[in-house]
Amino acid sequence: MAYKQTPSQTIGPFFAYGLTAEQYGYAFNQIATADLLAGVPDMDGERIKIVGRVLDGNGAAVSDAMIEIWQADGQGRYRHPADDRIANSGFRGFGRVGTGTDDQARFVFDTIKPASVDGVQAPHITICIFARGLLNHLFTRIYFDDEVNANASDPVLAAVPDDRRHTLLARRGEDVSGIHYTFDIALQGENETVFLDI
Amino acid sequence: MTDTLKPRDWEAHPPHRHPDYRSTALRGPTKPMIPVPSSLSELTGPVYGHEVVGELDADLTRNGASNGEPLGERIIVAGRVLDEDGRPQRNTLIELWQANAAGRYIDHGDSHDAPIDPNFFGGGRCVTDDEGRYRFITVKPGAYPWGNHTNGWRPNHIHFSLFGPSFTTRLITQMYFPGDPLLDLDPIYLGTPEAARERLVGKFSLDVTEENYALGYAFDIVLRGRNETPMES
Ligand SMILES: [Fe+3]
Repeated sequence: MAYKQTPSQTIGPFFAYGLTAEQYGYAFNQIATADLLAGVPDMDGERIKIVGRVLDGNGAAVSDAMIEIWQADGQGRYRHPADDRIANSGFRGFGRVGTGTDDQARFVFDTIKPASVDGVQAPHITICIFARGLLNHLFTRIYFDDEVNANASDPVLAAVPDDRRHTLLARRGEDVSGIHYTFDIALQGENETVFLDI
Repeated sequence: MTDTLKPRDWEAHPPHRHPDYRSTALRGPTKPMIPVPSSLSELTGPVYGHEVVGELDADLTRNGASNGEPLGERIIVAGRVLDEDGRPQRNTLIELWQANAAGRYIDHGDSHDAPIDPNFFGGGRCVTDDEGRYRFITVKPGAYPWGNHTNGWRPNHIHFSLFGPSFTTRLITQMYFPGDPLLDLDPIYLGTPEAARERLVGKFSLDVTEENYALGYAFDIVLRGRNETPMES
């Protein structure tokens, strides 16, 4: 007998106390936060922030979205049984944050810049967006705009039309707090982010 | 062996934009998604097991109690998490959240004029066992109004969030209750392809029901599976 997939439904507006309780000040813990470096002091890789907003069709920042990221470590290894290389220093590679506690509705992750997973794909982070009004979660990848050569030969970027590829590139910047990459996600509009059917 | 994921089944999932659910109008993407073959990035994902589940997390009648039991109809919701080949998805984390029996979320953003229950929080977690089974004890959530349209009410429902074996098996869904007259009026439920809607409705089950304690609902969840193909030599 074939089993059929259970349909996706929206996360709705009231996920915060269930999935991101500590961030929003509820008396419940949460499995992951925006700080992927918490509890893992020593590891390879450049410390970075990933900063962005989710923008709706009017260009307004969405303040009731939940963002998750999944990434390899500074040596390109995933902490998962399907990756038989041993990941370094307990870096888990998963982060979760809601956009409702920042005054600009931003998400800000503290993490490390991943290395290439296989020497073929450019360094990237998988990102997933949930929100009221999204009946399906949206997957895409964050690439880094300073990885010019690696990006040029990345097979996923190659599958994206030239004029939309820029939507997957995070822009590197630096200020007193360190290195940050800016990655805004446009749900609609002229610069609609490329979403991946992965 | 090298694995590839079975695709997300777009005959099961809702379209990104469903006009009757107004919030989709400015949020649902309009351009086609770009298919990407599975690489290690898609076949791996966060692994969270028993270490993140507290002792009372699967019992919502106790994990938010301050001075007694929550009000409402106590229920048990239990089922299995499977993939498309019926393989049990063991050790997978389920997180859930819901309104209380009066139809009020503990969420600060919920402005519905129904009482907060001092003994009900509404968030919980558990991990599936070796047969992919899970079981929650809770109270039946109430219906609540939402501003989507005139006199619009959400049917009774429980929100479920699951991981499965990789990040790409991630699923957030809702379980509804059988016989609820609001289902036929609910733009979110009706936004789901007709042939797939029934999969969102828990089934009353005497097997899950416990005598003198609580009615039981069975709700199985099917995550996308994977093709195991022999490596080319
Ligand atoms: Fe709800």
